[in-house]
Amino acid sequence: MLEEISTTEQGDLVVNLGPQHPSTHGVLHLVITLNGETIKKVEPHLGYIHRSIEKMCESLSYRQFIYVTSRMDYLSSHINNHGCALCVEKGLQIEVPPRAKVIRVLMDELTRLASHQLWWGAMAMDVGALTPFFHAFREREAINDIMEETCGARLTMNYMVPGGVMIDLHPNFQRRTKEFIAFFRSKLAEYDELVTDNVIFKSRMEGVGYLSYADAISYGCSGPTARASGVSCDIRKLYPYEVYGDLSFEEPIGTGGDCYARYGVRMQEMRQSLSIIEQLIDNIPEGEFQAKTKAVLKLPKGEFYSRVETARGEFGVYIVSEGGMTPYRIKFRSPGFSNLSALDHMARGHKIGDLVAIMGTLDLVIPDIDR
Amino acid sequence: MDVEQKHTPDQPVPPSATVPPDSPVTPFPGEVHPTAGGGIVLSKLDEVINWARSNSLWPLVFGTSCCAIEMMSTAAAKYDWSRFGFEVARATPRQADVIIIAGTIVNKMAPVLKRLYDQMADPKYVIAMGACATSGGPFFYNTYSVVKGADHVIPVDVYIAGCPPRPEALLHALITLQEKIRSGATREQIKTNQE
Amino acid sequence: MNKEDLQQKITGLLPSASFEEASEWTTVTIDPAAWKDLAGQLRHTDGLDLDYLFCVTCVDWKTHFTMLYHLTSTIHRHTLVVKAKLDRNHPVIATVSDIWRTAEFHEREVYDLFGVSFTGHPDLRRLFMTDDWEGWPLRKDYEDPINMIKL
Repeated sequence: MLEEISTTEQGDLVVNLGPQHPSTHGVLHLVITLNGETIKKVEPHLGYIHRSIEKMCESLSYRQFIYVTSRMDYLSSHINNHGCALCVEKGLQIEVPPRAKVIRVLMDELTRLASHQLWWGAMAMDVGALTPFFHAFREREAINDIMEETCGARLTMNYMVPGGVMIDLHPNFQRRTKEFIAFFRSKLAEYDELVTDNVIFKSRMEGVGYLSYADAISYGCSGPTARASGVSCDIRKLYPYEVYGDLSFEEPIGTGGDCYARYGVRMQEMRQSLSIIEQLIDNIPEGEFQAKTKAVLKLPKGEFYSRVETARGEFGVYIVSEGGMTPYRIKFRSPGFSNLSALDHMARGHKIGDLVAIMGTLDLVIPDIDR
Repeated sequence: MDVEQKHTPDQPVPPSATVPPDSPVTPFPGEVHPTAGGGIVLSKLDEVINWARSNSLWPLVFGTSCCAIEMMSTAAAKYDWSRFGFEVARATPRQADVIIIAGTIVNKMAPVLKRLYDQMADPKYVIAMGACATSGGPFFYNTYSVVKGADHVIPVDVYIAGCPPRPEALLHALITLQEKIRSGATREQIKTNQE
Repeated sequence: MNKEDLQQKITGLLPSASFEEASEWTTVTIDPAAWKDLAGQLRHTDGLDLDYLFCVTCVDWKTHFTMLYHLTSTIHRHTLVVKAKLDRNHPVIATVSDIWRTAEFHEREVYDLFGVSFTGHPDLRRLFMTDDWEGWPLRKDYEDPINMIKL
């Protein structure tokens, strides 16, 4: 592979982190230029999981391309599918029935919880605490079981369709979700005891990887990464979709801009997701779970953009249609791509251990970046 | 190893006679000959080595995309794979026995995979997990960068279907690999026997 | 500010801009040569303050390329879409990575997949494909008989 590394000064050491590495959360290749132990420059090399999804979607129908996005950011698979379904519905002017809207929001929030749980376990493992990994997966299995009963799969659920959801909720869904909420509330207190107030954890996270307000906007960061620097950018609040406009929940905004602030924002987001699920779980309206649509969908000529808030940030779907059965061009605006571009800026002057902590709090999922 | 005293001391007893038929325990291969003052186990060295190797396979941490999450779930507490000997997942290929290719392999990643495989010490085994590693999976048609199956790059012993496969499917594949090793049918062993 | 005010303000900055009527956001089509100046003005003019570039992409229309920039303002919460038509045989446009830092990666991606050159980019090289890859994969006339299996 002919990889060009930018020029270095004498005495600099160039080190490869990845692509196969336990802490890179996928296949991310970082070329780090070090002066002793201090990082001078971090260059991400991408493309090790570039599966040409955008080209592939140009030959898939509007019903088929939605499920490929499950495989992009696989930890927010429902939310990605939701974004695609919203874009198709925008193009075809389909009205989604109220029951389907509430079901979609419930699934989204459960997915957000599952994603943050895995983030918490994996991040703690990266900085050296091996036990929280097992705690996180124990709770994640509870959500996977709830999803599996209704949707049929644990990770890539393929549940959202243009017009609603594919199948109605399982009769056990409400009861199991309520049990889960009570169960997980007590576990969140446990998480705080284990990790949040831990002296070693705090000293590894506080003051590390500072991202200022202006930089967060300039680098295009979104989601918890930007919120920890003070940027208010929750799509659910700014451009509400489905029933988010009727719900009362807060957008946790941090002030520190460092790793500990990003950590705190995500922990607060987990609590807010629980509160959203509680508001909805007893008020699921009766009715249809899917609007009537034609068998073959053809979007009219034009361009459509829809955005949703995944666990990582703003996920945008941009469809250019020429009136045919397949899209002419699809662009997926992935949150991780912009969040990663801020990594170099955040990591300069730190050590490699701090770089791992920063990557852990950025919550990168590399197939989302590479598409 | 307890041996029932109902038989005459001259007749050897295979250890599997003392183990219930559907027990998950894999008995030590060989025959037990009870003699005065203890017992003698007679076995073939190959079988003993295969038994030891199969019960202590250390996987390499190698997950590229979604299947890696199901692999992590299999490693976690509910579907624990360390019950079967896959206790320590090593980060370096020099210390690993089995590479579980969890995820899609693309053109840019293929030389990296080959290099990792070459760095592993013999005997090494490969499990292709999920549809992408088996044949390219959902990314088979109209993609310019996906390798249509990890066996274009390295030889594979066990394939798992699914997108992603359930943790139970991965456990089944791990047990299948163990049985394959014990019966001497992996590519590694066939190659060694032919030499 | 709403769509009409935004249109007026942009016409004040660049009289040659043309607007599309039937889209949910203000969509302006400009000449690529005027992009760099306009970008600086969009970022720094009071009242516009378009400081968040959230999507940079390119569409291959077989006769020409169209570069698309989606901008929004975190202060005023209005959105603007900028389109620029590029010549397909020689697609060149100025970079905006010094105005919005996020454009650095986005422009590398467009270069990698379409072949559009960005003048003034600090580090324009391939991002996703291997460095010795030939061809621009997302163009409509890209043929790859070895790798692509057509359905």
